Amino acid sequence: MRIKKETFWGWILVSPLALGLTIWVAFPLGVAVSMSLFKWNMISEPAFIGLQNYAFMLAGDHLFWQALKVTLVFTLTSVPLQMLLAFAAALLLNSKVRGMGVFRTVYYLPALIPIMVSTALWMFLYNPQYGLFNLVLDKLGLPTQQWLRDSGMVIPSLIIMSLWSIGNVVVIFLAGLQGIPKELEEACVIDGGNYWQRLRAVTLPMMSPIIFYNLVMGIIGGLQTFTQPYIMTNGGPSNSSLTLMLHLYKQAFAFSKMGYANALALVLLLMTIAVSLLVFRSSKSWVYYEGERK
Amino acid sequence: MSRVVNRIGVYSLLILGAIFCLLPFAWQLRSSIMTMPEIFSYPPKLAPADPQWKNYPEVFNILPFGRYYANTAILVAWNAIGVLVSNVSIAFALTRLRFKGRNLLFALSVGTLMIPTTVTMIPTFIEWSWLGGLNTFLPLVVPSFFGNAFFIFLLVQFFRTIPFDYDEAALIDGASYPRIMVQIILPMARPIVAVMVIFTFLNTWNDFMGPLLYLNDSKLYTLALGLKSLLSSYNSYWHVLMAAATLVVLPLVVVFFVGQKSFIAGLTMGGIKG
Repeated sequence: MRIKKETFWGWILVSPLALGLTIWVAFPLGVAVSMSLFKWNMISEPAFIGLQNYAFMLAGDHLFWQALKVTLVFTLTSVPLQMLLAFAAALLLNSKVRGMGVFRTVYYLPALIPIMVSTALWMFLYNPQYGLFNLVLDKLGLPTQQWLRDSGMVIPSLIIMSLWSIGNVVVIFLAGLQGIPKELEEACVIDGGNYWQRLRAVTLPMMSPIIFYNLVMGIIGGLQTFTQPYIMTNGGPSNSSLTLMLHLYKQAFAFSKMGYANALALVLLLMTIAVSLLVFRSSKSWVYYEGERK
Repeated sequence: MSRVVNRIGVYSLLILGAIFCLLPFAWQLRSSIMTMPEIFSYPPKLAPADPQWKNYPEVFNILPFGRYYANTAILVAWNAIGVLVSNVSIAFALTRLRFKGRNLLFALSVGTLMIPTTVTMIPTFIEWSWLGGLNTFLPLVVPSFFGNAFFIFLLVQFFRTIPFDYDEAALIDGASYPRIMVQIILPMARPIVAVMVIFTFLNTWNDFMGPLLYLNDSKLYTLALGLKSLLSSYNSYWHVLMAAATLVVLPLVVVFFVGQKSFIAGLTMGGIKG
């Protein structure tokens, strides 16, 4: 009798999850896969066209290749830079000096800002005539830039902007640093290790699982970059900031090519899985898990 | 001696980083109290001659930002309710009740963390168009009543640390399972609940893609969309835009300072224990 009640309540209480997985995950995934085989503009009847969407993507759509290039260049440059800067910031914020609480808050603040706000703000900062950055460059006697209006500068501009809001990564690194047992560092000091040796022999190995986590999350996020190019440049100038996500959005919601947009989404998923797997593969050689036998 | 040098080095680097973090905000605040000619003067001025505080009320005259605040707040409230009700009961069932399929469901739920939302975005949009949910708040609220993989994971990790003696004692006393959940387990999970509420607040407040896809009627706009329409239709009103941006950020900063502890805890739980 009691077991039955337990099962009953178990199923009742877990039913939102079971339903949710069906309605918001399984069904959309199924629709995405099947719709990628159709041509459909949401109004007329969907027409089955087999793999033509994929064939068009690979052979006919030069914007796909452009978007792929932009997305990969942006992700593979910005994420390592974010990791490096966030790690350095976390090391700094972990040093024992006064006033650290204030610095920690200040370093976090940019990550708190809604993406729409930071995008609007940075658009203004990058403004060639009235923006902050050209003012600073000018004061320093350096040549001013066209920033978002220059097809060669637009990706570097987006990368610099992405370095501003790394607060989440910094906080996670910082928590990791604080979790490293003091004995390990002390042992290294007793053995005569200097700061850099300590960093290499103790801190980095102990932090490697966290670096790994942040790296994977950063890559997944980077591959889906949308709002910044959508608001700031709409992919321009001359498609030099057209990310895959933006290309997909335009295909779906500006041109109503639902089938093709779904094919793009699935390719984005495959890319995400492929890059994550590559990182996972490589992790065996550089991620150290405590308590794991080598 | 070298310690002093070290300390100076640390401080100079810290300050350099702080300048990089704060300078954009300083520029935002400075511009939000300037006149339009001041913003467009060349070379740019560092500070306004006479602070134009009226730019802030002006935001509400140009676009109905009051309504955008209300809309965003409504979404936050509904999402918070949905997140609490669904995730607590799901995680309770997954950890304290034994039934067939339990482990499979948990594994599937964690697995969805790996799927970028991008993939399900278009089909979900089409689902809502079939259900007639376009241009309503429903697509932005209803999904939160079906559990969130990250929150489920956090709660499950936490519920697993609570001894079963509590449940057994309550069962012997004749308590029902829902009652055990609400009166015994839930009160113990208060720190995690705080984390969930804060994160739901931030995610909803900051969401851009969801409202962009689903809300066309400007009466339903959220703050993020309001800011976007300000940017596109008044694109030379940088002073008002920066004031609006400040108004959007202000509640976030308040929530951040009030809930800082839960907040940091939530950020690190995923990273460290995951």
